[in-house]
Amino acid sequence: MRGRPLLHTTYGSDQALLNTGTKKLLMSLFMLLLLAIPLFAPGTIGEEGSLPGPDFLAAGDWLRLLSTVGIYAIGALGLNILTGMAGQVSLGHAFFMGLGAYTAVVLGAPEGALWGLGLPIWVWLPGAGIVAALVGIAVAPTAMRVRGLYLAIVTLGLVFIGAYLWRNLDFITGGSQSGRSHPQFEFKLWKEEAPLIDFSEDGIWFGVLNLSSEAKTYLLILVLTIAAVLLAKNLHRTRSGRAFMSIRDRDIAAEIMGVNEFKYKTTAFAISSFFAGVAGALLASLVGRTIPETWNLFLSVQFIAIIFIGGIGTVSGVILGTLFVILLPRIVKDFTEWMETVVESGDGIMAGVLDLFISTKPGDFGLINTSAGVAPGLGIDQFNLVIYGLLIIGFLIFEPLGLYGIWIRIRNYWKGWPFTY
Amino acid sequence: MTQLIPILAQEGVSIAPAAQALVTGLSLGSIYALLAMGFVIIFKSTRVLNFAHGALATLGAFLVAVFATSWDIPGRWIPSLPEWAAWVSAALIALLVAGLFGMMLERVFIRPMVGEELFAVAIVTLGLDIVLRTILNDFIGVNARPLGDPWGIQLVDLGWVRIAYTEILQLVVTISLVVAMALFFRTRTGVAMRATAFDQEGARAQGIGVGRIFSLSWGIGAVFAGVAGVFLSIHPRGPAGVTQQTAFFAFAAFPAIVVGGLDSIVGAVAGGMIIGLAQAYSGLLPWEFLGTGFGGVVPYIVMLIVLFIRPYGLFGTEEIRRV
Repeated sequence: MRGRPLLHTTYGSDQALLNTGTKKLLMSLFMLLLLAIPLFAPGTIGEEGSLPGPDFLAAGDWLRLLSTVGIYAIGALGLNILTGMAGQVSLGHAFFMGLGAYTAVVLGAPEGALWGLGLPIWVWLPGAGIVAALVGIAVAPTAMRVRGLYLAIVTLGLVFIGAYLWRNLDFITGGSQSGRSHPQFEFKLWKEEAPLIDFSEDGIWFGVLNLSSEAKTYLLILVLTIAAVLLAKNLHRTRSGRAFMSIRDRDIAAEIMGVNEFKYKTTAFAISSFFAGVAGALLASLVGRTIPETWNLFLSVQFIAIIFIGGIGTVSGVILGTLFVILLPRIVKDFTEWMETVVESGDGIMAGVLDLFISTKPGDFGLINTSAGVAPGLGIDQFNLVIYGLLIIGFLIFEPLGLYGIWIRIRNYWKGWPFTY
Repeated sequence: MTQLIPILAQEGVSIAPAAQALVTGLSLGSIYALLAMGFVIIFKSTRVLNFAHGALATLGAFLVAVFATSWDIPGRWIPSLPEWAAWVSAALIALLVAGLFGMMLERVFIRPMVGEELFAVAIVTLGLDIVLRTILNDFIGVNARPLGDPWGIQLVDLGWVRIAYTEILQLVVTISLVVAMALFFRTRTGVAMRATAFDQEGARAQGIGVGRIFSLSWGIGAVFAGVAGVFLSIHPRGPAGVTQQTAFFAFAAFPAIVVGGLDSIVGAVAGGMIIGLAQAYSGLLPWEFLGTGFGGVVPYIVMLIVLFIRPYGLFGTEEIRRV
């Protein structure tokens, strides 16, 4: 049916993940762009060449940031399945991430003073997810007994119990003082010396692509993120996915219709914890070295912020939310540094205006303090935290559907143009 | 409160550990009970799970520190005032300001969310917690900020047990606040508050200004949290002032609230005492493998046990679910 993209004549086309031509086109362009990002850096193709494009994205620190976005997206998709789809509020996501990270380190780290089995990535990455999922299944019966706000507090307890465990299991976690380094991204068949694919060293791929370690890691995480997105997106059109949503909308009604509440709540916990475990393992490996305090309540709150800012219950909203929440601190930081250079140059109206926002020396007035401990105002990290909190509040009050809701409104405006209805 | 426990273990041999743990437990418990009561008052009348309660406690303690030490507010004008009276009046003024601030928060951030899903409102308070805590921590700085109370570390030494003056004060204040709340609920405003908690629309139909009750309950909640914050900061076995960690302490009050039931004032007091005593006595456990910081997780373990037996806490009303 050419020209009528919303007319579906088969169940297949109705249920397709990309159900219109425009979506297919835009999504493939977007995928190509994501794959091409590392190639924007000078000198990646052949001797000197590179793809024309925004090459700042291909710099090492931005690639690391984008990898972080991918990892957080995996974790947030997991929380979204539990909280957004099945309606079970959880503040315990950080606990499951920590569990995943420490399972990965036991399986993947080389044998030494601390526990480690030295197994390859294809064991420790799924292993992290599976162990987290099993614990999730073990926790689920408690979640069955308590509902709503009580559940939020019970899962809050998980984070604190987890923090205590990580602090005291120092033969795994390395303790609060030194922490522990996590297995690197490298693909081995088993325990051989030279890895088959090494993501943590610069190198040449396919004979022509000269990739840095950050670029390789980015590509690995991109692939894993796409896999997670497909899994999460597909869940919406399965029996389990519909069962989750019916439990969220009204659990008793769902039960009366024959949805097995216990089974599906347990499944939701298992899937969500699996995603969290994998994300935790990846995050720990990307950071390289973690202390037990990494897996604290703030991490859980970050994931809550992501799904609420992005748009709860939607996959694309979660991706938007992750981009927003992870990139925002960096953008604020760069913007502050730019303001500082303008103010220090001291000419033009801009310098005077921007001086109101940042304080550079004692006695100066400003919201952001660029020389820590000397000038009044909040440091840049604290300023980011305040923005964080205000964004959560602002989105919930003014746009409960989040960034996804904003996108829907923009789309509907153009769909109905020139009419507003 | 994890800092209290190790100091307890170091006390001299003449101290009877079980009796000393009882004192510590009661004093911890009364702080938890104060936090939990403020929380329950807010929850009962507005149905808001307030994650910013720790920030409110810090706010109260910080304001007392500012009013009593930096500004010396009533004392600088009335030089003849004895030291304790100056401090108490400074604390009362500061807590009043904290209460007004709580009302302001409700009006600006919570009122627009009336009628939204309960969890969405809870997340708003989570955001509020981040904002308040960050700004307060910047004001407090890295070191503990002393509140300048006149009692300091003075204590009653009975030989087998030592009781700090502030611990006695704490119990007295907690008990009188509980009594005051019980009396308050018999007044006209108190009855209006109970009616609002029972049925918001019904209360409105009876001519009760529900919005005013919301404000009032946030004000009372903030004052109670502030009192708890003050006692936490002046406790002689504590950190000797309001610190960046003070807000985290309030998270340990969540188990107390859940143990008692989210919507029961009696439950808040009982839950607070149970958690406080459990935490204090857990310090006496001889097992080596428990490691450090076990006192910090005892509240959560108690909470899980209670929830397995009674999913709505000891005194909470069971939610009636209908299709």
